[in-house]
Amino acid sequence: MKATTLAAPIPVNIAGVHTGPGLGRLVAVELRKMVNTRAGFWLQIATVALTVLVVTVRSVVGDAADPTFASLLDAGVKPAAVLLPIAGILLVTSEWSQRTGIITFTLVPVRSRVLGAKLIASLLLALAMLVMAVGVVAAGVLAASPGVGGTWSDAAPLIGQSAVYLTGGMLTGVAFGAVVLASAPAIVALFALPIAWTGVASLSFFADAAPWLDTRLALGPMPQEVMSGTQWAQAATALALWMLLPLLIGTWRITRREVAS
Amino acid sequence: MIEAEALTKQFEGRTVVSDITFRCEPGTVTGFLGPNGAGKSTTMRMLVGLSEPDHGGARILGGRYRDLANPGRRVGILLDASAQHAGRRGREALAVSAQTMGVPAQRVGEVLELVGLDETAAQRRVGKYSLGMRQRLGLAHALLGEPEVLILDEPANGLDPEGMRWMRGLLRGFADRGGTVLLSSHLLAEVEAVADRMMIIGGGRIQAQGTRAELLTESGTIVEAADLAELDALLRSAGLVAHRADGDRRLVEAEPEVIARLAIANDVVLRRLAPAEDAGLERLFFELTTSGGSAPPQANSSNAELTGATA
Repeated sequence: MKATTLAAPIPVNIAGVHTGPGLGRLVAVELRKMVNTRAGFWLQIATVALTVLVVTVRSVVGDAADPTFASLLDAGVKPAAVLLPIAGILLVTSEWSQRTGIITFTLVPVRSRVLGAKLIASLLLALAMLVMAVGVVAAGVLAASPGVGGTWSDAAPLIGQSAVYLTGGMLTGVAFGAVVLASAPAIVALFALPIAWTGVASLSFFADAAPWLDTRLALGPMPQEVMSGTQWAQAATALALWMLLPLLIGTWRITRREVAS
Repeated sequence: MIEAEALTKQFEGRTVVSDITFRCEPGTVTGFLGPNGAGKSTTMRMLVGLSEPDHGGARILGGRYRDLANPGRRVGILLDASAQHAGRRGREALAVSAQTMGVPAQRVGEVLELVGLDETAAQRRVGKYSLGMRQRLGLAHALLGEPEVLILDEPANGLDPEGMRWMRGLLRGFADRGGTVLLSSHLLAEVEAVADRMMIIGGGRIQAQGTRAELLTESGTIVEAADLAELDALLRSAGLVAHRADGDRRLVEAEPEVIARLAIANDVVLRRLAPAEDAGLERLFFELTTSGGSAPPQANSSNAELTGATA
């Protein structure tokens, strides 16, 4: 570090009339933040690598009779379903645990705009990962059993449901991050709470409510089978409890909380 | 232009900042001095909307900070040099902010060069940076949007003497071009060399503010005598207020000539007789900031006082 170059003049911008960053630019910035840290970068690489691995193993080793699109898709979206919520958590919690919020919220003082940009960026990343997973699965199906009847049945509705499955999971991650505002506890909560809930729900007292509130039961069928109206209603109530409610609490927390330095 | 009006903040019932009012004019550097925990950072966070004041308010460039359309292009902020993502490369950390505020990407290279972070340093992850490098990155970040106001919390922290001298020059030049600078420090020496005005904060309150000359009007004379007890007796009998100073000296609240005449008349041998200046400012800073802070003490009374009476 030399001091020789430090005397260059700083133009002082007295007359500046500027317009603020639009939502599109903020979304682009949030997408960039998800991949430009070491953790974020490897998380995305790991998602792609695991998807390829899982689909390959399934189509080679699995039951040779039916490497159908439906069965491979169920396996192929799992890595993204597990890892995307973590990316969502880190997108929010890093502003606090890495304290970048001091920068983010002084550049964009209206914090709800930042959160909105994070949600849209999360949706876009989840959809990109869906495209990736569907591509890998399709390649796997073509390689394993080309031309078998019924191989591609229900592909369109299953892809649509998987889109809801992945984006719902991703936004749940963002919501958990926003409630907890600390990386490790949020990740633990995201994985431990549904398991604990399953334990509670196994009590006969809750047996009737479980399919409506347990994310595994309510959301699990999405990449597997074309869902009935009742199943959609169950998915909606589970998402309301695990995604929407934390998101509302998290929004309230983020917009009010002091950003410490 | 920065204006703070009666800023007050409580945390868990404890008043951290109490009734702070000040103004920083364009073309000036204002030093915000006080010990750690005095309320400097909290005040600065309230200026930029990271913390909501319980009473009072702040205006920057004529309005509330959060109402600035693109604050990064108007106000450069360094509140905590360590508040960067450890897993992000230095250049990338700046690039993200440049994109947010709509500054051309080439500006990143300019500010990196300006603060003396070379390409190797810029490509390293911030987690591997030394404190001095983080501080330089933070200054680069504050300058990124070509702002007209700079708000810097302890910017000299971790800089080597050469870096501190460079930073003073940078801030002086910035102010001379019409910019407004507010910088905080817990070390008097860091601020007094560059600041046009100083605010001394202790216990959450502003204890004194003004130009260096205004703050020094109370300062006196450093006196050293062959016989210290004899000197003390002389000063007491003359009704002069004296304080302990370094190296068995006395800081006397009187002009050197008064003391010289007194010493000659009473046959007291002096070894040293000099205007206080820096010692006076240091004493002022020390007294104002160690009082614990509920009631601001008078500048010329103190717990280090030796001789009681004033005429």
